[in-house]
Amino acid sequence: MSDKLTLPKPQGPVDGAAEPLLSVEGLTKHFPIYGGFPIKRKVGAVQAVDGVDLTVGVGESVGLVGESGCGKSTTGRLITRLLEPTAGRITYSGQDISHASRRQLAPVRSEIQMIFQDPYSSLNPRQTVGTIIKSPMEVNGIKPKGGIEKRVHELLELVGLNPEHYNRFPHEFSGGQRQRIGVARALSLNPKLIVADEPVSALDVSIQAQVVNLLQKVQEEMGIAFLFIAHDLAIVRHFSQRLAVMYLGKVVEVGDRDSIYNRPRHPYTHALLSAVPEVTLDDETEDRERIRLAGDVPSPIHPPSGCRFRTRCWKAQDKCATEEPPLIQISGNRDNHLTACHFPEDPTTEARAEDVVLDPALAALEKEAE
Amino acid sequence: MTTLTKTEGERAPSGSEAFLSVRDLRVRFSTEDGIVKAVDGLSFDVERGKTLGIVGESGSGKSVTNLTVLGLHNPQTSTVEGEIVLDGKELVTATEKEMEKLRGNKVAMIFQDPLTALSPYYTVGRQIAEPFMKHTGASKKEAKARAIEMLDKVGIPQPAMRFNDYPHQFSGGMRQRAMIAMALICDPDLLIADEPTTALDVTVQAQILDLLKDLQQEFGSAIIFITHDLGVISKMADDLLVMYSGRAVERGTVREVLRAPQHPYTWGLLSSMPRLGGDTAQALTPIPGTPPSLLNPPTGCPFHPRCGFTSEVGGTRCTDERPQLPDGRGAACHLDGEQKQTLFIEQIKPRLG
Repeated sequence: MSDKLTLPKPQGPVDGAAEPLLSVEGLTKHFPIYGGFPIKRKVGAVQAVDGVDLTVGVGESVGLVGESGCGKSTTGRLITRLLEPTAGRITYSGQDISHASRRQLAPVRSEIQMIFQDPYSSLNPRQTVGTIIKSPMEVNGIKPKGGIEKRVHELLELVGLNPEHYNRFPHEFSGGQRQRIGVARALSLNPKLIVADEPVSALDVSIQAQVVNLLQKVQEEMGIAFLFIAHDLAIVRHFSQRLAVMYLGKVVEVGDRDSIYNRPRHPYTHALLSAVPEVTLDDETEDRERIRLAGDVPSPIHPPSGCRFRTRCWKAQDKCATEEPPLIQISGNRDNHLTACHFPEDPTTEARAEDVVLDPALAALEKEAE
Repeated sequence: MTTLTKTEGERAPSGSEAFLSVRDLRVRFSTEDGIVKAVDGLSFDVERGKTLGIVGESGSGKSVTNLTVLGLHNPQTSTVEGEIVLDGKELVTATEKEMEKLRGNKVAMIFQDPLTALSPYYTVGRQIAEPFMKHTGASKKEAKARAIEMLDKVGIPQPAMRFNDYPHQFSGGMRQRAMIAMALICDPDLLIADEPTTALDVTVQAQILDLLKDLQQEFGSAIIFITHDLGVISKMADDLLVMYSGRAVERGTVREVLRAPQHPYTWGLLSSMPRLGGDTAQALTPIPGTPPSLLNPPTGCPFHPRCGFTSEVGGTRCTDERPQLPDGRGAACHLDGEQKQTLFIEQIKPRLG
């Protein structure tokens, strides 16, 4: 199976014909909620991920953005098969792994690796750095040329750590260095796909760039595909060629970087982009649109009917409550830019004639001030 | 735009318009490993109705400074030296009783994580009403009416009903709104917001930031806004203080600092963060190394081990001599004004894309 992948295609967005490395169709994960006494029975479900379609090409980096609770981390865990999907299909290089057994998964597991968010809790404090990095190789029975130890030294050097730190423990390292250890561990099996779940959000600003640059180097030089899960839109933009925007368990918009950031169509994408606080460096005036939503994301236990964003959307009409918009290439979109919306916005992020302020308190205060 | 109030020397002249003035503040904690110099000679002023932004990484001393203003450090384990003058009153030497009168009344604070800052045992309404009852002597009924009014003002729907809810029944954004209501209930003159939006999602963050700004105009409070996010600062603050290793390394108005930064650390911060409008082909330029340990800070300029411009200064000044931060606009750096300007324009600005 892995023979098929010995010649990675040059990176870049995959055209429709080529077979993607990973493809996900209708992926669904519902976590049951139990209640009642004395016999607990299922009373509902958290619909964390509800019908997600996604593809990742060979060597491509795809960003997955959304607010907390939108199911982006669950999607990552489903793809790495740390969780069992409720429904849907995960295909990895032509092989259906959605319900594969442990034994069937073993060869695939070494090709899909994960980098976790919190470098403090994802490294075993009682193991040395060397043990942490070499254990994936030992578990998978991989014997690299020149011995495992040499390979660990190489990996440490690759991620910018001193190979002499082989025998140190995680607590002797700073947050950024620990995340580098996590990267080295993920690389130790020569993966084809890395799922990076918020890899830099626990780090200080000045350290974030170090880790982003390292991941970018790894992606470009080794041709590893990335699923980059993050909530920081600026960092995702910097890292990913293609993006999917998630809201309450569904992908609402997907497209290449330029389409999503400069020609967004879904109102939620507009709202997300306009909420990012930006440093204005030159005397350029603030020419981005201003959208302030009301309230928080609704609960995934009882998601709104129809379009899930409709309860916070300023364009919502009756149709949005009854009919769920499909994720399609709506008119005006470029190729491979899909939007799930009945009443899409204009493809621009420029300031509007009138700001959209849905928050009642804000609207009241601003009216008073005028 | 007004710059930070100029002061002569270390002493704040009486009758200065600064509402809060901090002079040569030093905070030390004694630990098993030695003495941590969390804040080391910090001076700044905050004017009425203005917002001072403080940016810095974790461990730069920004939170410690503001807990000191509120007198929240344990005197058993910490030593505080220097001067904190709030509206003509010296706070470092104030008794606990005097501080109690100030807290929640004249000075209020919004904490980073609203879930841990609110007590799970009491209803949100009771927690909001409590400081009002304590400081104004209002009755329970009056306090309840006032709390409901505040909940409404910060945008909690059906405030009269939500008054009786517990914090776990609120979402993250609503909890932070409740914290803001609690902080503003006594109409404070100074509001300290310590990373108030870091735990929130971007769309909620945008709502809360705008709400704080609009409420500030209505209440006229001065705000000290602490964050590590330069984007948030550029939206919120009038003046800006950049902190590193327990010291202020650069100050000025937000415009001045973000458009013509003078300190290599500020340059590093700006060029290490991607921007939505930036060039994606341009690699980020991280600041090398890691923040220094406060147990044993570097000699001379605390930033010199991570600074790429020490050779421009020449000699051993960076390692031996601690640069002073001038009053008003300026940076604590040995580079001279002209060097700073040319280096920024020639080397740093092109990187910012």
